[in-house]
Amino acid sequence: MTAALRANTFRAGPDEDGHFGIFGGRYVAETLMPLILEVEKAYEAAKASPAFKAELRYYNAHYTGRPSPLYLAERLTRHFGGAKIYFKRDELNHTGSHKINNCLGQVLLARRMGKTRIIAETGAGQHGVAVATVCALFDLPCTIYMGEVDIKRQQPNVFRMKLLGAEVKAATSGSRTLKDAMNEALRDWVTNVDDTFYIIGTAAGPHPYPEMVRDFQSVIGEEVRDQIMQRECRLPDMLVACIGGGSNAIGLFHPFLDEPDVEIVAVEAGGLGIDTDKHAASLTGGRAGVLHGNRTYLLQDDDGQIQEAHSISAGLDYPGIGPEHAWLHEQGRVDYVSATDEEALEAFQLCSVKEGIIPALEPAHALAHVAKIAPDMDRDKIIVMNLCGRGDKDIFAVAERLGVALQ
Amino acid sequence: MTEASGSTRLTEKFAALEEEGRAGFVAFITAGDPDPETSFTVMCGLPAAGVDIIELGMPFTDPMADGPSIQAAGLRALKAGMTLAGTLDMVRRFRADGQTAPIVLMGYFNPIYSYGVDRFLHDALSAGVDGLIIVDLPPEEDAELCLPAQAAGLPFIRLATPTTDDGRLPTVMANTAGFVYYVSITGITGAGSAMTADVAAAVERLRRHTDLPIAVGFGIKTPEQAAEIGQHADAVVVGSAIVERVGALASSNGSVQSVLDFVGSLADGVRRART
Repeated sequence: MTAALRANTFRAGPDEDGHFGIFGGRYVAETLMPLILEVEKAYEAAKASPAFKAELRYYNAHYTGRPSPLYLAERLTRHFGGAKIYFKRDELNHTGSHKINNCLGQVLLARRMGKTRIIAETGAGQHGVAVATVCALFDLPCTIYMGEVDIKRQQPNVFRMKLLGAEVKAATSGSRTLKDAMNEALRDWVTNVDDTFYIIGTAAGPHPYPEMVRDFQSVIGEEVRDQIMQRECRLPDMLVACIGGGSNAIGLFHPFLDEPDVEIVAVEAGGLGIDTDKHAASLTGGRAGVLHGNRTYLLQDDDGQIQEAHSISAGLDYPGIGPEHAWLHEQGRVDYVSATDEEALEAFQLCSVKEGIIPALEPAHALAHVAKIAPDMDRDKIIVMNLCGRGDKDIFAVAERLGVALQ
Repeated sequence: MTEASGSTRLTEKFAALEEEGRAGFVAFITAGDPDPETSFTVMCGLPAAGVDIIELGMPFTDPMADGPSIQAAGLRALKAGMTLAGTLDMVRRFRADGQTAPIVLMGYFNPIYSYGVDRFLHDALSAGVDGLIIVDLPPEEDAELCLPAQAAGLPFIRLATPTTDDGRLPTVMANTAGFVYYVSITGITGAGSAMTADVAAAVERLRRHTDLPIAVGFGIKTPEQAAEIGQHADAVVVGSAIVERVGALASSNGSVQSVLDFVGSLADGVRRART
């Protein structure tokens, strides 16, 4: 696509109906529609409220521990021998990932709306833990839906959620992973519209969720802007983030979308390889469709049936992607690539031994891509990678993959 | 087209029901469940068992408004190789058999979007489909399918729910054709049952906003419930309870006749509603 055909700004979306180009929208059952409109109205009011913003800032600073550091990964930089690599350390947040940024925003909104019960879906359990955490903090009962398969591979997070007082319900239909957990959460919501708020964990779902989640996660990119200006007196040359639904990625990217000199790369989960049928790369291997309230890129067969995604990372194991990413992909503003399970595993171990940081398997995909490109970049180039979660939750799954028996 | 177009069959059916002074009976089955041939046999037996309108589910992997029974039905059908093209083919064969019962397709948007909206509308009309109920297309997304369907002459039947308040009802009723489907509970298909008094009040409320016939569904499982709802609604929809019996065919725990006998008992319930 030529520059002349591009949008003037990449930061203006969505339109009033929740569309980013043809993507996004509100494809939900009528039972939910009045509630979706109510959420939108409440969010618009909250956005304009200094009290709401101050409250969110307060909890971000004193509960989560923001701003998270921007850390120069010196040993990895030397190891790759090319571009300077910075990590945005959102894995240091309370609860261990970027998910808390969004959960705090949404739970404060739920309280403003007078909702007394919270539901959520979770894949890797990071979002579930963050939801359970804010629900404990604000004394709200919550039910977390999680695919049966994910419950098995993410036992530590399941236990964490329960410790925090949440009820964890297994999604036993379909592929029994993240998409099925989202189906179950939507079924719960349709049944309990009066008192329940659904905290969606990724920048997807019906409008206003993609916008709302992006806004709450944009604190990541905004901090990076300030931090890199202080450290390097200039913007980075490249941003890299992993992408499943895309909340950490859009949070890092959005404040930079209109900076033409900042190259932006998102790394999808390539599973066993995108030339196989076992991957979760919706943009690379899917096409436009409608699921879970929005139009976006989906892994689907010729009949429009949704296909099961595959990734070693439960957090990326989703056959769709946020609608804003689908639009940015078609606009050519963000480059969507992929990394395989094997590459992510390698990066997971490399980061651990080189930097003393055990990353989650999700950002290990981002690092796997950095490993491919950093060596060929000049040493004066700067990459900022979102280290969006820590790997404690993954050690059992990784040990199993590496043939190590843990007790 | 020489044959009766979609809207005619539905309109004629409701006119006939009014003449008879009784509520209509809408039976839901999932196309291709438990396999395409058995499903077709069940479908062909429905009118003789007392079904006035057939609601034919288009299987989808992720039916977010459906309960366990209809989810399982969809997965059985998909596993047996059912597709949207196969569903339309079922309708075509039904009409080729000389059957005239109105058929309303019910499902989710993605398979239709994938098939292509214009191609779908053309093929659905020529197969003999009489209306569409698409769960995940609220009025806010009318441009996707509702308006093209209207232009093509295929009624787009809207769902109204207990959460659709008086302020919103005009939005929901605009562009609605055929009949209005009142979802009697806030919940998924096959979940708990609504109180008859609530349904009666809701139907009265809807009538202030539309002249179209009103069908009531979700949570109606027995001939007795069907009879109660039939006192107030223009048509009564039963889905999950029938689909559960179709599901038994998959494990050979029943016969097509046993399904049709159950359907017949529901039809009797509806028929005695106003006697």
